[in-house]
This record gives sequence, C-alpha cells and structure tokens, in this order.
Amino acid sequence: MTASSGTGPSLTTAAGPAGPPAAEGRRRSRLPRAVRSAGGALSAAWLVLLLLGSLTAPLWEPYPVDDQEPLHTLAGPSGSHWLGTDQLGRDVLTRIAAGSWISVGPVLLAVAVAFGIGIPLALTAAEHGRWVERGSSRFAELLLALPSVIILLAFVGAFGVHPWAIMTVLGVLLSAPVYRIFVGQAQSVRTLLYVDAARVNGVSSLRVNLRHVLPAMATTIAVQAAQLFAIGILIEAGLAFLGFGPSVPSPSWGGLIADASQSVYTDPWLMVPTGLVLALTVIAANVLADTVGGERERERKRAAAARRAKRRAARPVVAGGTAARPASMTAGPVAGTVAAADPDALLDVRDLTVAVADGPALVTRVSFGMRPGAVLGLVGESGCGKTITARALPGLLPEGVQVAGGSVWFAGRDLAGLPEHQLRAIRGREIAMISQEPMVALDPVFSIGYQLTQPIRRFRGVGRAEARRIAAELLGQVGITDPRRVLRSYPHQLSGGMAQRVCIALALTGSPRLLIADEPTTALDVTVQAEILSLLRSLVKTTGLSVLIVSHDLGVVADLCDDVAVMYAGQVVEAGTVAGVLGQPSHPYTAALLGANPHVAEGLPVPDRLPSIPGTVPAPADWPSGCRFAGRCALATAACADPVPATRAHGAGPGGTGIVRCIHPLSPRQEPHQAHGLPVPRPVEPGVTS
Amino acid sequence: MTAPSSAGTPSSSTAPSVPALSVSGLVVRYGRAGKTPPAVDGVSFDVAPGETLGLVGESGSGKSTIGKAILGLQPPAAGQVLLHGTDITRASLRQRRAVAIDLRVVFQDPYSSLNPAQTIGQTLQEPLRVLRVPKEERTRRISGALTAVGLPADAAARYPAQFSGGQRQRIAIARALVCEPQVIVLDEPVSALDLSTQAQVLNLLADLRDNRQLALLFIAHDLSVVRFLAQRVVVLYRGQVMEAGPVEEVTQRPGHPYSIALTAAAPVPQPAEQARRRAAREALGVGTAGAAPPPAAGCPFAARCPLATDICRAERPPLVPGNGTSAAVACHHAGEAAGIRLPGVAA
Repeated sequence: MTASSGTGPSLTTAAGPAGPPAAEGRRRSRLPRAVRSAGGALSAAWLVLLLLGSLTAPLWEPYPVDDQEPLHTLAGPSGSHWLGTDQLGRDVLTRIAAGSWISVGPVLLAVAVAFGIGIPLALTAAEHGRWVERGSSRFAELLLALPSVIILLAFVGAFGVHPWAIMTVLGVLLSAPVYRIFVGQAQSVRTLLYVDAARVNGVSSLRVNLRHVLPAMATTIAVQAAQLFAIGILIEAGLAFLGFGPSVPSPSWGGLIADASQSVYTDPWLMVPTGLVLALTVIAANVLADTVGGERERERKRAAAARRAKRRAARPVVAGGTAARPASMTAGPVAGTVAAADPDALLDVRDLTVAVADGPALVTRVSFGMRPGAVLGLVGESGCGKTITARALPGLLPEGVQVAGGSVWFAGRDLAGLPEHQLRAIRGREIAMISQEPMVALDPVFSIGYQLTQPIRRFRGVGRAEARRIAAELLGQVGITDPRRVLRSYPHQLSGGMAQRVCIALALTGSPRLLIADEPTTALDVTVQAEILSLLRSLVKTTGLSVLIVSHDLGVVADLCDDVAVMYAGQVVEAGTVAGVLGQPSHPYTAALLGANPHVAEGLPVPDRLPSIPGTVPAPADWPSGCRFAGRCALATAACADPVPATRAHGAGPGGTGIVRCIHPLSPRQEPHQAHGLPVPRPVEPGVTS
Repeated sequence: MTAPSSAGTPSSSTAPSVPALSVSGLVVRYGRAGKTPPAVDGVSFDVAPGETLGLVGESGSGKSTIGKAILGLQPPAAGQVLLHGTDITRASLRQRRAVAIDLRVVFQDPYSSLNPAQTIGQTLQEPLRVLRVPKEERTRRISGALTAVGLPADAAARYPAQFSGGQRQRIAIARALVCEPQVIVLDEPVSALDLSTQAQVLNLLADLRDNRQLALLFIAHDLSVVRFLAQRVVVLYRGQVMEAGPVEEVTQRPGHPYSIALTAAAPVPQPAEQARRRAAREALGVGTAGAAPPPAAGCPFAARCPLATDICRAERPPLVPGNGTSAAVACHHAGEAAGIRLPGVAA
C-alpha cells in the first residue's frame, strides 16, 4: 500500500473542500411544479384566460354573437373587428370567445367521466386481486377495441346532436385507457410498505385508497388529465367540423374552422384566428402535461449536463496526461513532476476530489494506492463517498458530478484527464466493475450466453463458437458447475448468487488488471456471500487480479482484503493493512465502527447496550473546514476545528505504512472504548495487547 | 423443568401463562398447491409475554411470510395463529380491528414504510383514529411515543423526507408504540440501516424490551443482532424450522448443520479470527445454495448437508429436543451434527 504521506507537506497547506459551498438545495421553490417553468406558467395562464373569457363573454363582447353585418363580410383585422369578420359579417373575436365554453366545456365533462369511471375501477381491481381484476380488465379491453369516433357518429345518428351527451359517451370510452394506466400504478403503490402498515392498523379500505393510494398517483392523474383533455378537444372540434357540433347559430371552434375552410382560397385570414386558438389550446394542454410530469426539468438538466460535458472534453490535454485545471483546484503535486511515487503501484489515487458541478464537493483529496495482486477495501457508511470514489476511477460518475481535482494514476496514465473515447478503451479491458444488484446488471431480454459472448468477441476478436467455449470456461472459473445450462438460461432463472457469479465472469471477459467491486455481496444471503468472497479470493490468487472492494461491512473487508481505507464524509480518515487498522484502530471513528458491531468475540459476554456514535453524518454542504468527525467525537478539542493533515499512524500493524487523519489518534495501548467515553469494556481483537 | 412447549424448549417465564403469540402448524402458499413447495411449511412457535423471539433465516426461508401471515397480510393455507389465546388466523379486517388492537408491526424499509404525502403527526394518529381514541388523548400518546423513541415532539409537524433512514425507522417504531400494544412484529427493522444507526436503533429496541412488557417477534437474517436482542431464536430454512431454543445455545453451540453453516458464514471484523473461521467453514463442506433443487420430500437441507443420508432425503425429521442441549433440533443426525460443530466459530 503506497503511503500518501509522501505528499504530507502539501496536505497541511490544503484548504477545505474544493469548490464553493452551494446554497442551493435548501431553498426549493414553493410554487406547484406546473407553473415553475415559463412554459407551464404560460400554458396554465392561457387555459384559465380562455375559460374565464368565455364564461364572462356576455359581459365584454363588443358585438352580440349573432349580429350580422352583410356589408363587412370576410374582413381582415381592423379597429372595429380585432380579429375580422366571418362570411356573414359576424365578429370573429366574439364568436371565438362565445364558442370556447361550448367547445371546451363538454370536453371537461368527458375527462371527468373518464376519470370518474376509470379510477374507482382501477382502485377496486388493484385491491381485490385476481378475479375482480381479470373481469374489469377484460371489460376495459372490450371498450378499447371499439372505434370511438364511429361509435360517437352512431350515437349522433341515433339520438341527434347533443354535445354534452356525446362527450359523456366519449368519457365512457376513454375510461378504458384511464383504467389501464392506473390499475398498474395502483397495484405497484399497494406493494409499498406504508399501505401495508395502514392495513395492519385496521384502516378501512376506502380510506386506504383515498389517503394512501390516490395521493401517490396524483402526478400521473394530472398528466393524463391534461393529455386526455387535449385529445378530447381535437375529437370535439373534429366532430363539429364534420357538422356534428352544436346547431348552426351557436358558434363552436370546429364549426368556425369549417366555415373558414370554405373560403380559405379567397379570404384566408379567417382560418388564422380560428385555427390558432384550437392549436394553442391543444399545445397548452400538452405543455402543461409535460411540465407537471417533470419532463421539462429533466430535459433542461440533461441539456445543461451535456453542455458541461462538451466543455470538459474540449479542455486541452497537456503532454504527460494531466488535464489543465484551475490553479485553485490543484494544491497537490505540481503539474510537470507527474511521475508516480511508487512505480510498482497498479493504481495510485492522489488527492482525488469529486464534486457536483457548481455544487459542493462530495469527496475531497482522497489518496490511496494498490499493488498488483492486492485487495483494497474502501469502507464507510452511506454518504461517506466510497461509491463515488470507486466510480470516479473508470470515469463512470453520474450526470452532474465530475472530478474536480487530483489524479488517478493507473498503469502509468492519469485517467482523470483522459477523454471519453480513451477511457472507453480502458473500461472492460483493464478495469472492470461489478456492482451491488446482479439482477439489474444483467439484461433480462438476452440469454446469459449472448451476454457473455458479445464482450468476449469484442475484446478477444474470436468467432462465435470459440467465444462460447471461452464463456463456458469463464463460468467454470467462477464456480458454476453446469456452464452449458447456465449459458442457455436467462437472468430471471438464476438465483442471486449465480447471477453475481455470472457478473464476475462478465467482468473477466476482458482479462482486466483491476476489478472494482461496489458492494458486491450486500444484496446476497450470508452463506452465498461467503461463497462469493471465496471465489474472489481464489481469482486473486490464480490470476493475479487486483480488487478494489467497496463495502460498509467490516467483516467482508476483514475476510477478503489486504489493505483498507476507512472513509468518513468524503475523506480517508484511516488507511493501512487490515490487521493494523481493524486490530489496532487509530482513528476514533474506526474504533467506534468496530464497537458498534454487534458481534462479540468468543468467550465474551453480550454487551447490555452497543456503544453508538451520537449524531449523524454531516451533509456535503455542511462540512466544516476542520475535522469532519469532530462534532461527534468524544476526543475532540478546539484544535480539531483547523484542517487536519493525514499523518503516519504509529503502530499501524505489521507494514507500518498506515495513515490516520486525526490529531488525537488512539495509541496502541489505549482501549478503544475509552476513546469515545463509553463504559463498555470490550477489547477489539482478543489476545492483542500491543 | 416444565414440559416442552411446541418450540421444544422449557418456557422461560415463571408461571405457565397464556403465550402472547402462538403459531402452530402454519402453512402459507403462494400459488396453487402442488405446483411449488409452500413458502411456510408447518412452522410452530410461541412468544411468551415480555419475551423477545428471534426468527432467523436467509431469503426463501419464509420468515417474512410468517410475519405477514400473523399480521393478516397473507392468508395462511393451514395452521393457527393465536393472539393471547384468541384465534386470529382467518379474521376479517373488521374482526381484526377489534381483536388485534395490540398487535403492531415495524417494517424493514424506512423509505417506503411512511407515506411521503402525510406529516409524521398524521401518520402516527391514523391507528389512534381507527381505535376511536379521543383527540386530547391522541396528542398525548403521539408526543409520548415520539419521546420514547428519542425524537423531539415537533417532529410531528414535519414530513418523512426531512428525516434520515435511522430517524424514519424510529418513527415507524413510534407508530407501533402509539397504540400501547403488547405484541410487536419487527420485520428486519435494522437490515437497511448503517452500522452506527443500527446500533442506535438496537439500543432503542433493547430499552423498549426492558422497560415495557412487550412481546417482540424479531425477524432478521443476522444472527449476531438476534443474539444481542432476543432471548430465544428459531432458525428457518425453506419454510421449515431447523432449530429452536435459547439464543445463547443456538448461536454459540448450534445443533443443526444449517445453523452451524449459518454461524460459520457470517464474517467478523477481526482478520485473524476471520481467517480461522474461513478455514473451518471451508472444511465443513456445505453445498452451494443454488447448486441442486431441494428434494420434494424429506429434510429441505439434505441437498447441501455434509451429513445427509438416504433417510434425510426420504423423511422429514421431527423437531425434538437435542441431546445435552436445551434447544430443539430437526435433524436425523443431530448427534453427529454436534461433532462437526466448529470450535471458536459462533455468531
């Protein structure tokens, strides 16, 4: 394990976390999402204005609706008629305003009927299970199979033109897609534990639906309502255009468009306001649906991230492999002396800082190294930054998060400055990764054989038959006893442990030198976990693979790793050999973590209460400039408020190359429980006293 | 020594009182009979008033299904669930409301067990509203429950999103306490929490165990956590009880090959000790989990057990008290199992 204390002097002059602290995230807009963006606000305003204007039309219309001026037919916009006149000389503005409610009102009724039938049906079907759900789904499918416009025309033929009645029938037909959308959602909401909790509490089923299931679907309801409204408007206008709208003197948008289309070659102006008002309303409804559904926000964020990525990629790459960065970011080794401190190290991470773009840093000045064939554990609790650190190495950070400083030396190259296409060449071939959920990592649509042979053919350039042979060999290497059967299977047919073995085989297809394992056994049973750890150990021994394993479980680290780095709030607080760090922890946090483990060594009594660390981990925006653990540490003094350098840990086990980031490290003779002031007399490693 | 209860161990209470929770011959199936083996296949145990019983197993053991069947979320195919002697096995929702007012639950996932659209106060008063507790009494009980779990009383006005995972789990425990129950089913309450948060919540549960006369059914997959909190433990494998008894016996001197494998598999954070355990575990020779399908009859562990013989594959072993141990073991070779027990390897 290379010691990062070789860069000691520069660390003492380091400032706090890189990047300015962000004020965002605390003050979120209080407006409903629909009106937070310009598009949503405008759309909502248009729709409200339209309806209000139409309902109050008799109060402000410049001319009576039916007032004809035979001498001013088909006139363009003028001072007296703002939107011109139609073929009988009637004022277009008045007719549009009066016709708005006549056109839009029945559509609102259709939407109300559709939801009024569809949602209770969906909730009932989701609650009562198989037979009820089958019955209502077949009924909905029947409705969906009917051609809606033809049914409406048949209705008109049988009963005449009654807009409100026609729209009610449309509502009944539209209840089928509403049911289909919401029955699936309701079923999925019902699997959430708080619905189970309400049922155990004896809450009546009506109340469970109203208070728990329906609110969870609120966003989807709003989005679907807006979309159905848009569809309904078009159907209604279409019917009116065909002549099945309100009878002749009453204006309707479809009727107006029909009138306009008759004179469109001679006097085209009439089509403009009539067509525009319909188009704007439909667009407004769809924009509102998008905004409420959050699609706009997501698109904006994606575009901003893409712009940032482009800027990053365009930065000049200095010869030697270090990308140019603002001087404020690199307080570490001066660019130019870029040789790795330890030429034997396979991986040498120096002062790595990862931050949210225009936001707080998530990981600050993390340093560690690995020899070939060694296993390093990155250990910490959630929020410490271990997963972000592991993902930063092959450049797999999520959108909006980027490397803001430091270097990642891998086999002589700095990965932190490499452009994407060069990183892609390294991923899979030299650095491979497995993650926590093997079932999610495997594509459910393709067989295991396909998923294995594709990368084999890509990396090794062999034909299909040879690739299949290699795949079977790899599966054997990961301990699968019947490779042929597994090659034919699909991911859902495998157990969790088998799937993780397949993922490890996938990782080995490129013959990587470094395997990054991000909590590979967290989702597995403990007996399966033991098997996977044995497998990883044997792979290290036989192939000389190096493994960087990220875990929150100190037992896993003790089982598999040679070296360990303990992380807290974005920093490495202690690092060294596993025997040294876990046997004789120097940092109070490491000692506290070991104390909080409920396992007791053989022969010792079970403690009455577990020693626990008061407080919670600080969020990245709240990190102090001094020791980040000081707020929860029993040994903290005033000096802990200043930035703490990483120093060599004394007595850090056989190797003596450990580091600790603490000005009050525990001495080898000090009992860990005395360190955090808790009255539990438990030696951490039985039999080890010095 | 009093007569063995259905868990095969002498009751730890001084007087033979009615058990707070009693499960006998429980069978729960997902899907039709005969197609797949039942998720829970003939499980029986008792929880005495004021006792904490641990239900331990891996995935597929049926431990969560047992919890759901007790709570009425999953109807059993056969068997009985008695709460203070009253049969609640197939009680409808209305019947349950009247009878099971003191049977509460804490679920595993702190992120989906609280309705994100309701404040903590609304979530906590929901069970009280169902029980028709008057308003003033409700406020008193809510603030009492929040104090008991170490949260400030003003937490009632906030939303779940403003709390961390550990705090949300405390709120879930407060929701169980607010009705002043006598039996609480805890379905893996600390599995989703960090180590330091887990320690805090375990200490809280230990306080509740000691200060209130609560019967706790603690479902978990981690034997060391169960050893910390429970007095007795039942080990499950594929829906059947493999071993049951006092927690010290089962975790320190396991009598069933599966219990031995389970205790040996959990890694400990001391490297030297872990190396010893690993060597001993590999010497055990327990088969891989997914390697072969379980036999249709007989002991479900037979496909992986180093001691398995023909009788193990043919006949299901009964749960009987072991030799020289106060735990009950379901194994045809219980005597030899004690022989393969690994020295120095315990939960």
